[in-house]
Amino acid sequence: MAMQSQNKRSRFGWLGSAFGQVPTLGWLFGMLLSALIEHAVGYRLALGVGLSSIPPIFGVTVIFATPLLIPNALLYVVLIYVLPVAGLALVSARWTNKICAWMLGAPMISQLVHLALFYVDLQLWASVGDYRALLAKLILIAIIVTLSLNVVNGYMGEFSCSHPGFMALGAYGASVVTVLLFTPNNILGTTLLPNSAALAPFVFPLALIFGGLVASLGAVLVAVPSFRTRGDYLAIISLAFTFVVKSLIENLEVFRGARGFMGMPNVASLPVVFFWTVLSVWIINNFVRSTLGKALNAVRDDEIAANAMSVDTSRTKMTAFLFSAFWAGLAGGLLAHVVQYINPSSFGILKLSEVLAEVYLGGLNSVVGSIAGAVGLNVLMEALRPLEVLKWIVIPVLLILVMIFRPTGLIAFKEFNPIDLIQPRSKSTGEVEHAAAAD
Amino acid sequence: MASFLQNTVSALQFGSFYALIALGYSMVYGVLMLFNFAHGDIFMTGAYIGFFISTGLVALAATGFLPLPGWALLALVILLSMLATSLVGVLVERVGYRPLRNAPRASAAVTGLMIGIILETGNLALLGAGRKSFPELIKTTTYVIAGVNITNTRIMIVALSILLMIGLNFFIRRTKYGMAMRAMAYDFAVVPLMGVSIDTIAAMTFAIGSGLAAAAGIFYGIAYPVLDPYMGVIVGWKAFVAAILGGRGSIPGAALAGFLMGFIEIFVAAIFPSTVRDLIAFSIIMLILTFRPNGFFGEPYSAQLRL
Repeated sequence: MAMQSQNKRSRFGWLGSAFGQVPTLGWLFGMLLSALIEHAVGYRLALGVGLSSIPPIFGVTVIFATPLLIPNALLYVVLIYVLPVAGLALVSARWTNKICAWMLGAPMISQLVHLALFYVDLQLWASVGDYRALLAKLILIAIIVTLSLNVVNGYMGEFSCSHPGFMALGAYGASVVTVLLFTPNNILGTTLLPNSAALAPFVFPLALIFGGLVASLGAVLVAVPSFRTRGDYLAIISLAFTFVVKSLIENLEVFRGARGFMGMPNVASLPVVFFWTVLSVWIINNFVRSTLGKALNAVRDDEIAANAMSVDTSRTKMTAFLFSAFWAGLAGGLLAHVVQYINPSSFGILKLSEVLAEVYLGGLNSVVGSIAGAVGLNVLMEALRPLEVLKWIVIPVLLILVMIFRPTGLIAFKEFNPIDLIQPRSKSTGEVEHAAAAD
Repeated sequence: MASFLQNTVSALQFGSFYALIALGYSMVYGVLMLFNFAHGDIFMTGAYIGFFISTGLVALAATGFLPLPGWALLALVILLSMLATSLVGVLVERVGYRPLRNAPRASAAVTGLMIGIILETGNLALLGAGRKSFPELIKTTTYVIAGVNITNTRIMIVALSILLMIGLNFFIRRTKYGMAMRAMAYDFAVVPLMGVSIDTIAAMTFAIGSGLAAAAGIFYGIAYPVLDPYMGVIVGWKAFVAAILGGRGSIPGAALAGFLMGFIEIFVAAIFPSTVRDLIAFSIIMLILTFRPNGFFGEPYSAQLRL
């Protein structure tokens, strides 16, 4: 029996170890090749394989819309995605490992190169169609929101229902700035900077930051009561906060209330959204790995002991809420400019369920988990779109199953070290080889 | 003065909805230390079950099979709906909450939200997006007392709600099962050592809470005859806030806070423009909770040392 399993391992094991030797750079080159092939022959190949057009997200939408075409979609995925990516990654493993090792001398440059290559891959993939570009932007925004919620719910162990409120504050804050400055509007009057639409992309970051700061200001209303309460009462106060924000916006005529606010300039392109997502992942990851991040964990695990160990719990809670709210507000501002229409009802209980599902599905206390949860849930929602209203039965059932079998989420408590991504992989063991000059 | 009394009557009616639903929240929290976020949607389910039963009974009565007078039909509707919704509540507890009894509370909260969404979407999928209107079982007659218009339905709703609350109080204070529930609220871990099955008591708690929510749903259907799948969201969440205001786990607190919530809402709507009603009501709640975080009757905040 043991001999048989050993043989089995050696028959396919070489595949695993061969792939294990491919560094991240190899995968990125593979994806580049795949995206280029898709641009060149994708449409013709899709028709040839029997599909009516290029499948938008790796064919997952086909699963429920036209199940008979699943084999065709699978063939397309294998030909366009799996083969080029795996092929180029394996074939170039030796050279990409050498490049990685050479770039390791300057880790920051190496990370930037990896990021740039990933961005090129994403842009090429997304430029095949508008649907892909929109989906990519929405997923990137979801990543920011999920990360920000994970800071409070996962790392600090609270149950905060206030993030839709933060997003709403950020969305309206950023939109007011850009509309005030660049769009003639019958409520806010003519633009303050007439004929300067070209300036919009440069003012946009400032508008986003302003939105984030407005959200942080709102977070004070949630953070202050949290000093005296925990857990359940914080859930109520944050829920009341979300309702208050929603009602407030509905009643302010300057925002047109429940009819919705529109007219934002079209400045949230994919590079912009990508930049802010990368920035948020970098900053939030550094935050949770820092002393302040460990303080969050300490407050979660045992507040009294943390206090006794000289952790200022009030300051920690306040910082966590303000920090988290800033990023949620920023994401809200981005969302407003991507969709170019916001109304208060899109920041209510359904949005709350969505962001909570992303965090708890992906995993608490983990950056990787948040990214996985955001991507996973959004792709799942797109895949289930043909089911229409039943989508909102399948997703909750899935989440309940995850809660029953893995209550903290799928990829919880996993640290994320970007340095690991740029390492070359060793030839003999397939392990990540940490060069002496790392960090 | 007349309008003040008028508003008081509306507030009593509204408050009784909130009180009945808040009782369900408080009971479940007191006994099981968990917030049942799906409770608002159980209220909605109760209203719809009541709608179906009453339409059925009205049709039966029209064919001459069960020619009961209106109030008897209503009593039957209430009893049957409470029973049916209790079963729904027990099912929710069995499927959603029992596997998570030892899991972190946040997971149970998320599960509750998800169950709520499943109930809403299930309703939407099964019955479509059209709104249903509750059939009229009793003819409404309006009495004018001291310049105030009071309909008989309003009197009935408030009276029945208070009756249900008195019944609940009797059950909790004077029966063995009520004693078991109080014991679970007092010290959860010791109860199985005394030979009481936690599963049974938990199921019973959910059943009673859901039954009360169903009664609230039917009363709501009588008062505001249009039902839609998302009615549980706003009413349920406000009742939840009322339960917290009364002090979690405290039954008299939940009832009183429910009525208080009704009063706040009606009087705020009377004084301010109606669009800011929710805003001011929730702001008042946030203010009260900031200064008295445990609600009116809740236990004072005591830090627990985990040794």
